[in-house]
Amino acid sequence: MTKQTPILEARGLGIAVGTGGGIFFAGRKLDIVMDVSLSLRPGKIVCVVGESGSGKTTLGMALVGLTPPTTGEIRFDGAPLQDFSKASFRPIRDKSALLFQDPASSFNPRQRIGDIIAEPRRISGEGATTSEAIASLAQLAGLPSSLLSRFPHALSGGQARRAAVARALSVVPRLIVADEPTAGLDVSVQGGVMNLFLDIREKHDTAFLIITHNLAVARHISDELVIMYLGRVVESGPTAEIFRNPQHPYTKALLDSEPVPDPRHRRNEPPVIGEVPSIFARPSGCEFHERCRFAQSLCRSEAPRETAGANGQRVRCHFPIGQAVGEPALAIA
Amino acid sequence: MSTEQQQTRPVLEIDELSISYGGRPAVSNVNLTIQPGEIVGIIGESGSGKSTLAHAILGLLPSSATVSGRALSLAGKNLLGADGPAFRSVRGPGAAMVFQNPMTTFSPLHRLGDQLTDLLWRGTSLSKEEKRQRIVAVFRQVGLSNAAGRLSNYPFELSGGMLQRVAIAAALMMRPSLLIADEPTTALDVTMEAQILHLIRELRAEAGVAVLMISHHLGVIAEICDRVVVMYAGRVVEQGPVEAIFANPTHPYTKALFACEPALIAPGVNRMPVIDHEALRRHADERKTA
Ligand SMILES: Nc1ncnc2c1ncn2[C@@H]1O[C@H](COP(=O)(O)OP(=O)(O)OP(=O)(O)O)[C@@H](O)[C@H]1O
Ligand SMILES: Nc1ncnc2c1ncn2[C@@H]1O[C@H](COP(=O)(O)OP(=O)(O)OP(=O)(O)O)[C@@H](O)[C@H]1O
Ligand code: SF4
Ligand SMILES: [Mg+2]
Ligand SMILES: [Mg+2]
Repeated sequence: MTKQTPILEARGLGIAVGTGGGIFFAGRKLDIVMDVSLSLRPGKIVCVVGESGSGKTTLGMALVGLTPPTTGEIRFDGAPLQDFSKASFRPIRDKSALLFQDPASSFNPRQRIGDIIAEPRRISGEGATTSEAIASLAQLAGLPSSLLSRFPHALSGGQARRAAVARALSVVPRLIVADEPTAGLDVSVQGGVMNLFLDIREKHDTAFLIITHNLAVARHISDELVIMYLGRVVESGPTAEIFRNPQHPYTKALLDSEPVPDPRHRRNEPPVIGEVPSIFARPSGCEFHERCRFAQSLCRSEAPRETAGANGQRVRCHFPIGQAVGEPALAIA
Repeated sequence: MSTEQQQTRPVLEIDELSISYGGRPAVSNVNLTIQPGEIVGIIGESGSGKSTLAHAILGLLPSSATVSGRALSLAGKNLLGADGPAFRSVRGPGAAMVFQNPMTTFSPLHRLGDQLTDLLWRGTSLSKEEKRQRIVAVFRQVGLSNAAGRLSNYPFELSGGMLQRVAIAAALMMRPSLLIADEPTTALDVTMEAQILHLIRELRAEAGVAVLMISHHLGVIAEICDRVVVMYAGRVVEQGPVEAIFANPTHPYTKALFACEPALIAPGVNRMPVIDHEALRRHADERKTA
């Protein structure tokens, strides 16, 4: 494996929003994403997994400059951005594609699907916009060309998702941030989208950040996994290692919760109980402690720092699974 | 009607139902019966008419849709040819729906309590206090603690999982005999998904509510459904007990679909299988001529 310069790199990224306008929570700053570091390398696929509301979409948007980060550093092709202004993000925006989580809402309802898909090509001047070219693009994403003359409201959920995939890939970027690209797709179409990503990566050495709740997709497609909880990365590392040996209790809970496609193996109880805390009221210490089976008193008082665990995994836990229990893990400075 | 008859009367009866949008067929000749307390899953191709069918049951189709068939009845009330008001009288006590994205179920601008009392309760004769009590009871039922506090929350103050519980609570307040859930857990992480599935199972056990659950996740279907309906190109191609369909799918589409399930494919393969629709069509044609 060659250690290429990452296309995009984030260090200690934090995103806070002012709960502005003074209507709801006047003047409070809300931390949505905290201390996130990750590298997106050419030809590598990183999957971000985590509970709903853990800041995945916010992170993805921030990486391509759609939500300004508050703290931290971003490097593009090795060079740090001077600041987080729109102008500084310009080079990243020009070279990346974002696939929105809710495709239908990102479409102009008065534009036909074919035009929606062709738009990035028209704007950039790259690639053909003839109806044959757009039809073959749609076909790559598994979208029948008979749907191209329709308006967005007349598509099923999965058809809209495929249209969004076709549009995002109409101009081949160096970086693709895809937010839930397979949600709402049947498993065959889902496989088609994954194959499409793999083809693009092979042909163009594109870097991918894929946000997904689907563990099977993450397992098949990604080289690295980033697990988020309440805005922080709680575990990251090579996908195969994390599936083989999850070290953070939340990761373990996630993997144990996945229902298996076999009605003879049902669970009587959910593996983890308890609500995900609100980011308006973050728990003290480790933010997972209210739901953690392994929590000890230290966990309630002190927030764990990220440590380097075995097999290239990084874990934010006082008592990582598979490491000596009872001894807090050594924090690396 | 005797109590015995009431117990055996299906919650939902659909006989040869067809739906088209501006003349383009989306659902063709579907038959489906759901008994009280039954959890039925619909799986199938994207665009095969699953949501259209669900919307038809609830009278939520756009005006461009035409519905025809022999029967569509909910809780014993015939709805074929029913207009808006007739549907509205069934929606609620008859059936209620939980959508995929809890964030879009509620308006971001109003407190949950106001939305639940106002929106869902228009037209009932209960007093404000009675409504509140019913909401609190239902919140407890879906495992939402501190109901009073939740009612004063805005939607964005709750996590997706919690909000989906509120959405389920909102559906249950109407005391429906059928709960329709269109991919209710796709937007949740798997720990919350497992909790929501468990909740649905409990609601069935405790309140006897029947559930029609649409999902692309075969694991979710296997986990909670009693029966599965498989849709392909607007038709039900196969239905039966979940164990039987998973152990021994008979329709070529169902077989092909199961072969694509990523959880059943060893990690490390470079390409995922996809369905060859041409081959399926050829197969169908051969069967027709045979
Ligand atoms: N402008 C904002 N004001 C207040 N809260 C916000 C704002 N933007 C995002 N949030 C909150 O930040 C949190 C993270 O949201 P985000 O959409 O990034 O989560 P996510 O991990 O993508 O969730 P999901 O899996 O549901 O898509 C949520 O709790 C959300 O309500
Ligand atoms: N409002 C509409 N006008 C015209 N056609 C529509 C409309 N809504 C849906 N359709 C079409 O009807 C068919 C069935 O759509 P439906 O949304 O029921 O599919 P689905 O099975 O729910 O798919 P998915 O799994 O992608 O959500 C699709 O081909 C779709 O394009
Ligand atoms: S730090 Fe403690 S509470 Fe947090 S995940 Fe680790 S063991 Fe659990
Ligand atoms: Mg998101
Ligand atoms: Mg649908």
